[in-house]
Amino acid sequence: MGPNISRRDFARLSAFGGAVFASGLWRGAEAASPAEDFYFVQLSDLHWGFEGPPNPEAKTTLRRAIAAVNAMPKPPDFVVFTGDLTHTTDDDAERRRRMAEVRTIIGDLNVRDIKFLAGEHDASLDWGAAFKEYFGPTRYSFDHKGVHFIAVDNVSDPGGQIGKEQLDWLAADLAHQARTTPVVVLTHRPLFDLYPQWDWATRDGAAAIEILKTHPQVTVFYGHIHQENHTMTGAIAHHSAKSLIFALPAPGSTPKRTPVAWDPAEPFRGLGFRSIEAEPQKAKYELYEMGIKA
Amino acid sequence: MRPLAVTTALLCLLGIAASAAISSPRHIPVKATRFFYAPAVIVVKAGETVVLDLTALDRLHGFDIPDLHIRADILPGQVTEIRLPPLTAGTYDFHCDNFCGSGHETMAAKIVVED
Repeated sequence: MGPNISRRDFARLSAFGGAVFASGLWRGAEAASPAEDFYFVQLSDLHWGFEGPPNPEAKTTLRRAIAAVNAMPKPPDFVVFTGDLTHTTDDDAERRRRMAEVRTIIGDLNVRDIKFLAGEHDASLDWGAAFKEYFGPTRYSFDHKGVHFIAVDNVSDPGGQIGKEQLDWLAADLAHQARTTPVVVLTHRPLFDLYPQWDWATRDGAAAIEILKTHPQVTVFYGHIHQENHTMTGAIAHHSAKSLIFALPAPGSTPKRTPVAWDPAEPFRGLGFRSIEAEPQKAKYELYEMGIKA
Repeated sequence: MRPLAVTTALLCLLGIAASAAISSPRHIPVKATRFFYAPAVIVVKAGETVVLDLTALDRLHGFDIPDLHIRADILPGQVTEIRLPPLTAGTYDFHCDNFCGSGHETMAAKIVVED
């Protein structure tokens, strides 16, 4: 595990990412999306269906976040949900009911381009079957204004593995990218061993990082740990997002990963989402953390 | 066979049996079920070699001791043996690393190694 970095440090480090250029090396899809500054929004770990003292406002928190995104002066190019849209249940019908409900609520976003990733609560009990019905594939890649995005599924396997077949796909996808093309990986679990004692890892994440480090400009955005964390593994920056249901303690800071207690004096403390301003020509990403208003 | 040879052979067999008894590790049964391990605390002696006989009672579970880099799947209907190396005194936490439902995050236990 690499050292934690501050946002300012990250901005400084990423400034060394080099310039992007449009050339014949780019594939057709990339040629159709020239490098251009843009921003997108990351929301994570909604756990729709969760009820309990850690969040007495569980039914309103997501709606508040969506209202905040809709109130932004300029809509983001797209919104990405990095997993755990629903809280797990053994009841397949209830799982689908929660997914249908959360999909309807998300439909209130005034952004039409929405990307979804699964979390283990969504996908690990049925290998992603219900999630695919409601939100589409669990792994994919796309290009946006000069940045290549790769969504990696490390949750459909209940063991928190990416699996060889997907790793091969990842390597092949990455091999098609020019070395000057910034790459952003979207996933749920940390790809590195953040804190395996709390299952904050991907069992074969090291293999994914080995693949990713063959490219000079890779940044990872993920969820799962219900808090911000900024870590470097070599030249790869990994940024986790806050949750929209409850915060979890810092890695290893408490005997158990018990949710941080709701504070009536400061409701929604520790919850939030982020916007990410991308400057593809500099391979630079500015992160802005947003809270939830009471 | 002459009496002396018989006696020698018997002594050899007894020696082998005694040696096996001394060196054979202690087996400790551990049951895994949502969202517990039983026992929740496994006590062993420092330097002792033990084998955990892991059984899942309901569905696939996992067994992961990150500090020792030991992990295994625990499948229902079969015993998964984990041979622990001789350990120094301390506490070694383990947890389920195969997602098993609401409560999975709390499925953990520990091995306490005493001097």
